[in-house]
Amino acid sequence: MNTLNYADVSVGDKLPGLELPISSSLISCAALATRDFEPCHHDKSVAQSMGLPDVFMNILTSQALMARFVTDWSGPETQMKALRIKLGAPNVPGMVMTVTGEVVEKDDAENSVNIEVTGENNIWGMHMSGTVRIALP
Amino acid sequence: MTPEETKAFEDELYNFVGNSVHGGPRKGHDDVNAAMIRQWCEIMGDANPAYIDAEWAAKSTRGHTIAPPAMMYAWTQEGYKVASVGRPESDGQARLVRFLASKGFTGSLGTNVDQEYFADAKIGDSIFEDSIIESISEQKTTGRGVGYFFETFAKFTNQDGTLLGTQRFRVFQFIPPAQAEAEAPADSGLEVPTRIQAPRGQDNKWWWDACDEGKVLIQRCKSCQVLRHPPRPMCGECQSTEWDSIESTLDGEVFSFVEMHHPRVPGYQYPLIVAVIELAEGTRIVANVVGCDVADVHIGMKIKGQVDQVDEKTMLPQFYPIAS
Repeated sequence: MNTLNYADVSVGDKLPGLELPISSSLISCAALATRDFEPCHHDKSVAQSMGLPDVFMNILTSQALMARFVTDWSGPETQMKALRIKLGAPNVPGMVMTVTGEVVEKDDAENSVNIEVTGENNIWGMHMSGTVRIALP
Repeated sequence: MTPEETKAFEDELYNFVGNSVHGGPRKGHDDVNAAMIRQWCEIMGDANPAYIDAEWAAKSTRGHTIAPPAMMYAWTQEGYKVASVGRPESDGQARLVRFLASKGFTGSLGTNVDQEYFADAKIGDSIFEDSIIESISEQKTTGRGVGYFFETFAKFTNQDGTLLGTQRFRVFQFIPPAQAEAEAPADSGLEVPTRIQAPRGQDNKWWWDACDEGKVLIQRCKSCQVLRHPPRPMCGECQSTEWDSIESTLDGEVFSFVEMHHPRVPGYQYPLIVAVIELAEGTRIVANVVGCDVADVHIGMKIKGQVDQVDEKTMLPQFYPIAS
């Protein structure tokens, strides 16, 4: 796996898109991998008592997927500087989330790059949007 | 609540600002370890060797693997207790949430999380979280209901006191709309949204019925033969109400167009070009231009239409560029 060079990245570069089917397994297993045991992420009856059709993705998983989406593109020597996420509609089983991203800013002083990332699901629309700041060699 | 009750409630509420969540720095149950990192990466689909491949990492700039920075908050989570017995009485954030819930603000929604990372965590590190209730907003009304935003601020450090990162976590605590519970258990599965259906009335049902059969018709005055679209009961030229129709060949060109950006409506595919198209027969029709880059759409562009099934419920004419 190669890591992008700061010099080779330009504002306006688009990251390769990611299509992610959302299943009950992904939601529950990922919630537990992030050690989030809130019942609404693994117990459907609790999620339904909150007015949702099924278990829904926890925030730590959305953060993980946003971070992974960026480093899949930028490579393993990437230094993660910041991850700012705004949550929208929940991800529930049966949806497909499409993640897209674009380089919006470069800072030569610290070789850092800001990437705007959005994840939209095909049923309720915007699930997450945010900015990931990374530093590159 | 009366204004006096609200005042008393808010005085008590804002006293929570500055409270520590765990009464000081709290050590995560597990030190940073390869097993939890590997499992996290496996489920998230993250193949980054910086996290899971010790051999690769030994030769990398860092010289060792690191924990995924986005795992920062995972290390200090409470654990299964949250599901089995609930959050502890002493938890400052849980006390705030319970106080709000006691006044009807039972809905809870994480809205924003900002994390900054300053140093890597590596295998063997202990992670300490020190969180406070940093702020509570004035009462706000949002699409979810009436409530308060509160923000926690957390510092994450390791066993040497090195600051690994910080986090601001914003939560909206609100009074859920009354009907929410009654509507709740919808076990019929997710309904995939379709396009907004055109209303079909006496004057246009015949046109949409033909569209369902894959044909685009153009209304024609029986008395003066003038074509018209969209369908309507009377000829604008001679005022006759007698009419028949012809089938369009769907040859045409773009007369004008816009790209729909916002708001995005579920059921539509984006980018979405909405065009006024001048048909070879002389009438104009509003439809989508598809099958090409948005940047290539231009006024005067030659296009050819066909009736497509665009979703489970909808047949629509769509127009494609003609290769020139």
